Amino acid sequence: MKKSLIAVMLLASFGLASAANITIKGSDTLVRLGQRWAEEYMKTHPDAVIQVSGGGTGTGIAALINGTTDICEASRDMKEKEYEDARAKGIDPYRVAVALDGIAVFSHESNPVKELTLDQLKGIYTGEITNWKQVGGESHAIILYGRENNSGTYAYFKEHVLKNEDYVENTQTLPGTAAVVNAVSKDKFGIGYGGIAWGKGVKHLDVKKEAESAGVAPSIETVTNGTYPISRELYWFFNGQPQGDLRALLNWTLSPEGQEIAEEVDYIPLPKEMAEKNQVK
Amino acid sequence: MKTYNFKPKSRIRDFIVEKFIMLNALTALIVILLIFIFIFKESIPIFTSHKVQQEASLDKLILKQQYYEGREPKWSWQPNSDVPKYSLLPLFLGTLKAAIVAMLFSVPLAVGAAIYSSEFAPRKIREFIKPVIELLAGIPSVVLGFFALIVLASILQSLFGFTYRLNAINAGIALGIAIIPIIFTIAEDAMTSVPQSLREAAMALGANPWQISFTVVLPAALPGIAAGIVLGFGRAIGETMIVLMASGNAAIISGGFTESIRTLSATIAAELAEVVFGSAHYNVLFFIGTLLFVFTFLVNLGGELVLNRLKERLQGRSR
Repeated sequence: MKKSLIAVMLLASFGLASAANITIKGSDTLVRLGQRWAEEYMKTHPDAVIQVSGGGTGTGIAALINGTTDICEASRDMKEKEYEDARAKGIDPYRVAVALDGIAVFSHESNPVKELTLDQLKGIYTGEITNWKQVGGESHAIILYGRENNSGTYAYFKEHVLKNEDYVENTQTLPGTAAVVNAVSKDKFGIGYGGIAWGKGVKHLDVKKEAESAGVAPSIETVTNGTYPISRELYWFFNGQPQGDLRALLNWTLSPEGQEIAEEVDYIPLPKEMAEKNQVK
Repeated sequence: MKTYNFKPKSRIRDFIVEKFIMLNALTALIVILLIFIFIFKESIPIFTSHKVQQEASLDKLILKQQYYEGREPKWSWQPNSDVPKYSLLPLFLGTLKAAIVAMLFSVPLAVGAAIYSSEFAPRKIREFIKPVIELLAGIPSVVLGFFALIVLASILQSLFGFTYRLNAINAGIALGIAIIPIIFTIAEDAMTSVPQSLREAAMALGANPWQISFTVVLPAALPGIAAGIVLGFGRAIGETMIVLMASGNAAIISGGFTESIRTLSATIAAELAEVVFGSAHYNVLFFIGTLLFVFTFLVNLGGELVLNRLKERLQGRSR
């Protein structure tokens, strides 16, 4: 009797003392990665309780400013206005890059077009450019392939390349990057996009930021060193430099183990030095 | 030798067992009803919620809309846009196009095969053909879709020079392959159940096998064949995986069959998984589900009714 009472008390105090309740909110692009990190982290840290939800980068930043989330996942930096709003509310946003992301543009191997500018890509996917001849290729209609509209890649490409305009309606949307790659590999005049890890049987087009800048081929290196134009850093925002449980979680995601998970779910891990530098000591 | 005796005392047990299997039969009915109620419930905000109606009221789903100032009004399905666009018309058109191609492809093949199998084939061949065609029904639709995406699309493109590899014809033919066994089985059953006496009477009048098949058996079995076609059409409307993979999923308004299409069912499959719970988009997808449910239900009901009528007539029970 006495023994069991002690056990109950011990359990209760244990639970009270170390229940690390962490909420993560924000970018829909990052929500999948955040969930995987949370799952793996909770496996090795059974006392941690992490809740991950999406809603978009804007939602996450608003939640951070209102103090309703511990970590905000963001697929872009905060705008100046958002920094000001945060400071006005006594929040001191602390930004850490946790992973990288890059999107490659695919075409058929026989297609003579080797590079496109971001403007040309926008024109192609919004329907202003309809013929390969307009971008230096053969005279034939451009056949557009893309992802389904539930995909993060779809949203990212729309936001980053199309500047939030709509995809032209005759864009064929396929379930999964694998299907896009397959379709483009069989379509002489096709164009598609997807994560840079993909691309067997298709050509990766070089992408130019401006008409006069040099074309850059997508690769882990060019994404890592920031020269490839359709790439970005993915961030976690904290309120001030993270301490305690938050710091432990952040440092774990930046450890080789955490970065390996990022690679597993098709993001690009941070360069080793950068990951180490971003850890909070 | 083993003997069986059926004692009257087992009646109570019979009663219990009978009620139990009746309950099993009812389960299906209850499940269908519950599914319908749930799907319909989730689409109600389109009719009641002011907030949802700002994005997706009934007229926005059907009528041409002017989304941007200074641009042509149009029908457009772009749910993830700055200005969400939820026109169902391109999706309806896509569904219809795929189903039409599927029917044009499968009906002649399936009915022809049924005529051959029931009227002309020697017994041995018949016993081979029938199960083989019915085996087609066992191919998972995702496999058929994958086949259409990888193989069929390339073959059709090299044969006919389509601009778009994935188009209504490609998806329709793959769909047609899926519904051939449905039409074949029902049509074949209808023809074989035409009474032998009719055939014998025609033969006595000097008709040859062709005349018997086309002027006696075929007309007598026509309602059954029609029922098979109707049931096949129902499947063509509701089938998802094949069109999701083989049609290109581009929501366009055009009369051409060589362009990509996006169907109602594929739209649900592609978008429901990650839609924001309770948003207008979510409600619209459930509304599409309700429409599909009602439509395929009515089509299937019609097919079954015709089929029952035919059975009664051929067995001489009606009138």
